[in-house]
Amino acid sequence: MASECILEIKNIKKSFPGVKALDNVTINLKRGEIHALVGENGAGKSTLMKILAGIYTPDEGEMLFDGKPFVPKKPVDALDKGISMVHQELDLVPEMTVEENVFSGREKKKGIMVDKRGMQKRTQDLMDELGIHLDPKDKIKNLSTAEQQMVAIIRAIAFDAEVIIMDEPTSAITDREVAKLFEIIEKLKGKNKSIVYISHKMDEIYSLTDEITVLRDGQLIGSVHTKDVTPDELIHMMVGRELNAVFIKDAPKSATYDENEVVLKVENLTRANEFYNINFEVKRGEILGIFGLMGAGRTETMETIFGLRKADSGTVTMRGDKIHGVKAAIRKGIAFVTEDRKLFGLNLIGSVKDNITIAYLKQVLKGGFLMDFKKEKATSDELIERLKIKCASRDTLAGTLSGGNQQKIVLAKWFMGDPDLLIMDEPTRGIDVGAKAEIYKLMDTLVKEGKSIIMISSETPELLGMSDRIIVMHEGFITGEASKNELTQEELMAYAIGETEKAKA
Amino acid sequence: MNKQRSNADVANKKVNVGAILGKYGVYIALLVLFVALSFASESFLTVTNLFNILKQNAVYGILAVGMTFVIVTGGIDLSVGAIVAMAACFAAALAQKGTTTPVVIAMLVGIVAGLGCGAFSGFFIAYAKIPAFIATLATCTIARGIVYVFTDGRPITGVSDAYKYIGRASWGVVPVAVVIYAIFLILGTFLLKYTKYGRHVFAIGGNKKAATVSGVNVEITEFMVYVICGFCAAFAGLLLSSRIQTGQPAGGEGYELDAITAAVIGGASLSGGKGSVFGSLIGILVVGILTNGLDLLNVSSYYQQIIKGVIILLAVLADRKKD
Repeated sequence: MASECILEIKNIKKSFPGVKALDNVTINLKRGEIHALVGENGAGKSTLMKILAGIYTPDEGEMLFDGKPFVPKKPVDALDKGISMVHQELDLVPEMTVEENVFSGREKKKGIMVDKRGMQKRTQDLMDELGIHLDPKDKIKNLSTAEQQMVAIIRAIAFDAEVIIMDEPTSAITDREVAKLFEIIEKLKGKNKSIVYISHKMDEIYSLTDEITVLRDGQLIGSVHTKDVTPDELIHMMVGRELNAVFIKDAPKSATYDENEVVLKVENLTRANEFYNINFEVKRGEILGIFGLMGAGRTETMETIFGLRKADSGTVTMRGDKIHGVKAAIRKGIAFVTEDRKLFGLNLIGSVKDNITIAYLKQVLKGGFLMDFKKEKATSDELIERLKIKCASRDTLAGTLSGGNQQKIVLAKWFMGDPDLLIMDEPTRGIDVGAKAEIYKLMDTLVKEGKSIIMISSETPELLGMSDRIIVMHEGFITGEASKNELTQEELMAYAIGETEKAKA
Repeated sequence: MNKQRSNADVANKKVNVGAILGKYGVYIALLVLFVALSFASESFLTVTNLFNILKQNAVYGILAVGMTFVIVTGGIDLSVGAIVAMAACFAAALAQKGTTTPVVIAMLVGIVAGLGCGAFSGFFIAYAKIPAFIATLATCTIARGIVYVFTDGRPITGVSDAYKYIGRASWGVVPVAVVIYAIFLILGTFLLKYTKYGRHVFAIGGNKKAATVSGVNVEITEFMVYVICGFCAAFAGLLLSSRIQTGQPAGGEGYELDAITAAVIGGASLSGGKGSVFGSLIGILVVGILTNGLDLLNVSSYYQQIIKGVIILLAVLADRKKD
């Protein structure tokens, strides 16, 4: 007796101290359906997924898998039923091979030995089926992010999963790889598998999914057929307010823009095997966009400008002064909002306050080395207020906040020093629509105050919407530069894949 | 709405009990221990005995202050025991009865030796990026070897009366050693909690890369915690040799573990980013009072070891519950 719905989630409730994470949430997932789960950060998506995976137990409600009660107690229970997850932050072991990762924890055995050949064959078969070209014997650390994503998907389906949950699978991969991923997802759908697709990206939701369920503040806002709802309506459901302009930078150039006032000048910057001969200038009041694919050398270039890496040759000049090293860069008014918050941006076990004040502790010292706690509290409270960071208090641990709020802490840290130039590496990656809009607004405010911004992004709409000028990098070289009005998304991509001739034509 | 709120409150309360137990578990344990021993043994709750506990543990306590700095950065220092012996033997050799070398100079030499060992470890850890476990293990072995070469393996006795002062004298009922320990606690707390340097120590323990991006000089900060730890270890060595009136080449062996134990019971996390100097005092007191009480009750020192081990586990478990 196969029921139409493979998974039914009924009236699930879950509370945590002080918050109602989920309140009466009901979702029906049909066989062979791609079902989007959307909502702002903190809407309850992760909590719901953790309940499905048996990491949390719901306070109330029930779940049915294939018509039968499903009460997962631990992650293995969900896996055994056939519910797999592809997490946003890939949890593969870098030192192990593709095949070892796929079978990690559920190794095939032959007697007491692992059946290496059997596992390799199965991995190869799965890859052939999905049209993925990887060597099962390759180590994960040698693969690109997109390839690792593929491995995570193979692992998710290797054990006859009926339901595959993908949590923002495209947040770290390029458009081209996204196309490949979509192909694979369609193939899985063709095999009557069900996919829960968690994403913030409108275009993906519309090109891929059949059904959309929206959560907001732990409440079920509704489930709709994708074809019955417009993006505006969807955004409205998610945020509960109109967001008529996602890209709020309307004026072509900020009023403070001054072509003759060069803030940052980079000359012939080279670091072997990473980037070569990088030359560009950033003007006052300008947002300079940097586009490129993974491995184009964007982040490496920015890290070198900021002093985190040493250049082989070339110079970086900030308002006429050459800079060497992170401390000098900060002193000269450069701030670096890093791409990976958890890795480079935040002390997750430190408080919001400690994270905010760490870069400019100087400002909250008495006599040069003694902490002025009163001033520190006042400063951090002011920034929490100014950036609307949602936290119980300044003493809340940074690691307990949502992605959008964590990103705001990183911004608050730099705002404290009132820098002249902000380098922002993928500033909106992995955060929800509402928080994105807030970040764009902050960027706009900054340039209106006469600050300059370098914005690295892999999302072309955001780049074209926010930047005054865009530089494109390909394999360590600058392959294109143009003001945003001269560029289309297609041209941007052409530069980025090194097809410069085509782009010019 | 009201109903929702009360539900959330109930959940709140449930977790709070666990959180309170976790947060104050060590203090509660200390209190229970204190009260229980006061009833169990007549000689426990006397001024002399209490100061005696502090005096006996001042050496471990000072080591734990330095160790706390190291642990908060996410490091570990296995060389403090060897540094104790080195500082003790160097100073004791110079502070012999009848020599003209002032005691202060003898002690300074011991302290410089400790600073040198700390700097040696710190250099390899902060600049050559060798794991702290390995680097300080090497320092430990080398320092211990130097001590044996220097002393030819024989204890150095015959220290002058002036040298015995810090370890043996008392101001009224208060032993000088306890006063010195108190100064270390105050200075350590001040440095770790109230200064920019202390904030940097926590920042690199919490996330070294994020600290680098924020302009923290990770190398110098990390280097300095080992120098601080070496300084504390050397001073502990002076105190020990002054108390026992001997420079023992094999002295201080295993003390690093006592220092780590105290720091961890006091809430420091070996993965870094957490800990306090005051906590290390609590750790010292838990172990010190327990040992003292069990001694007074004539419990064999073999059993005491077992109990100590269990206490370490319980302390860390309680700490885990806090999160």
